[in-house]
Amino acid sequence: MALIRLEAVEREFAVHQRVGRVRRRRQVVRAVDGISFDVSAGEIVGYIGPNGAGKSTTIKMLTGILMPTAGTVRVDGLDPQRARTELAMRIGVVFGQRNQLWWDLPLRDSFELLRHVYRVPAARHAGRLAEFVDLLDLGPFLDTPVRQLSLGQKMRGEITAALLHDPSILYLDEPTIGLDVVSKSRVREFLARVNRELGVTVILTTHDLSDVERLCSRVMVIDLGRLVYDGTVDDLKARHGQYRTLVVDLEAPNGPLAVDGAEVVRVEGPRQWLRFHRDRKTAAELIADIARITPVVDLTVEEPRIEDVIALLYGRAEKD
Amino acid sequence: MADATPSIAEQATIWRKLVAARIRADWQYRTSFVLFTVSQFVAAFVDIAVVLVLFTNVDRLAGWSVAEVAFLYGTASLAFGLADVFVSEVEFVAHHIRHGSFDRFLLRPVGPLLLLSGHEFAFRRAGKVFQAALVLAVAVTQVDVGWDAARVAMVVQMVVVGFLIFSGIWVVTSSIAFWAVEIREVANSFTYGGNFLAHYPMEIFSGWLRRLATIVPLAFVSYYPALWVLGRNDPHGSPAWLRFAGPLVAAGVVLVARAVWSSGIRHYRSTGS
Repeated sequence: MALIRLEAVEREFAVHQRVGRVRRRRQVVRAVDGISFDVSAGEIVGYIGPNGAGKSTTIKMLTGILMPTAGTVRVDGLDPQRARTELAMRIGVVFGQRNQLWWDLPLRDSFELLRHVYRVPAARHAGRLAEFVDLLDLGPFLDTPVRQLSLGQKMRGEITAALLHDPSILYLDEPTIGLDVVSKSRVREFLARVNRELGVTVILTTHDLSDVERLCSRVMVIDLGRLVYDGTVDDLKARHGQYRTLVVDLEAPNGPLAVDGAEVVRVEGPRQWLRFHRDRKTAAELIADIARITPVVDLTVEEPRIEDVIALLYGRAEKD
Repeated sequence: MADATPSIAEQATIWRKLVAARIRADWQYRTSFVLFTVSQFVAAFVDIAVVLVLFTNVDRLAGWSVAEVAFLYGTASLAFGLADVFVSEVEFVAHHIRHGSFDRFLLRPVGPLLLLSGHEFAFRRAGKVFQAALVLAVAVTQVDVGWDAARVAMVVQMVVVGFLIFSGIWVVTSSIAFWAVEIREVANSFTYGGNFLAHYPMEIFSGWLRRLATIVPLAFVSYYPALWVLGRNDPHGSPAWLRFAGPLVAAGVVLVARAVWSSGIRHYRSTGS
């Protein structure tokens, strides 16, 4: 039984555009355009897509903040919009650029307030908080007003705040945005543990694809409101990453090389990038072809990067 | 796991904790906290001074004595003050919608109204309550009324009904923010303006304002029940049952407010990411 199920979900927004001085034209934008997927308990899913693809809109429908225009959403057997307050007990939410902590009060006070809001018994709260303080090393700034915390400290506080009431699902919208490398890896490590050890189902949206590569067993790619990929990260690379890139340093600058089965995608002085299909040509064949035209000084073969693979997916959706 | 909906007692605890947090947070900026509170208390008393100045020039206002007007003023102000302390925070919904922070209120296992009320609580609003209670206490001893249990009960009822009506108006006018974001001024003209209307005998207002006060239904806060308590006649000859219609009107207002508010929540469209 799926913990989260979306069936043909759509969400439209009316946008008013000014035409002339006073007149406005009403235009309907479909932010989410027929999305269906299931998420089982215990999964950790990356939900990615360019700006305005419909990621946040989907998350907001999953939490019950927004009502879908069409289709059905079920989370833990509940209709999120109707049973919003009931569902709130079972989910934790972190919006990377929004703050749920009390700005002027010590971090500890926010946790205590949330304990009351979620009606967690004092003893259980204390035990759980101690666990998080230990895991995320919150001790040194537990009594510091939130406004004085660094971005990384604040994010650790936010994640703790979202988990103190023991939810079974955790939604994170851009949890690593703006964080430095150390804070990022710390947050990722922690999320992996939360998923593995506490069995919390995690859904995260992100622009940082290394989040997805490090964390997620499954990735969903959304573009223009439609799901364009749903599967494992490895499959995504294998299926859509047929193109490899050969980078060659030539002895002297040259015009774009004309080689069969490869396409020059970039030229920088004597260095050229050639994209080729992995099934149609081997790297060795391509190097031989180039060497016949002009001497080669150095070369490397680049495997498809997840960014490129996904960029290809985005483009595809646009053409449809 | 706890029940889906918190009990009244649990909601009261949550509200108290939120208010305490809010006051602690405001106390971080001590000077402005103290200045704001003091200025609001002073402003509350300036209000009474206005009424007194009015009566140094006339003995009676449309046939009402100073004490009688003070009685109207006291009941309406007390009801308004209580709504201001506990419910007026709802108008911050416009602010939160605009800044994208309203989402957070919808993600908690408690109603967003309760959370807003606790979050945006301001101690300074309590000034009006003290001032109104004082005026009412003085007025009650000065009016020419034989106080019996029924009349005392009516005064309590006036305050409760008035509190519900003002609260309902606040919720309804603030809910407009779900459809059109910048509306605080519209809301204020109904709530603060309404409070002003309820302070005075309806006779002094022109016909259309009087009808508006019956529709919006501020006249039920103080004027109609006060006619009965003070044993006065309505020169415009309104039916006698209107004097006792307050609770019914309040119930209607609360129901409408609830419907408008939940419809607003359903229309809520959040902000981009």
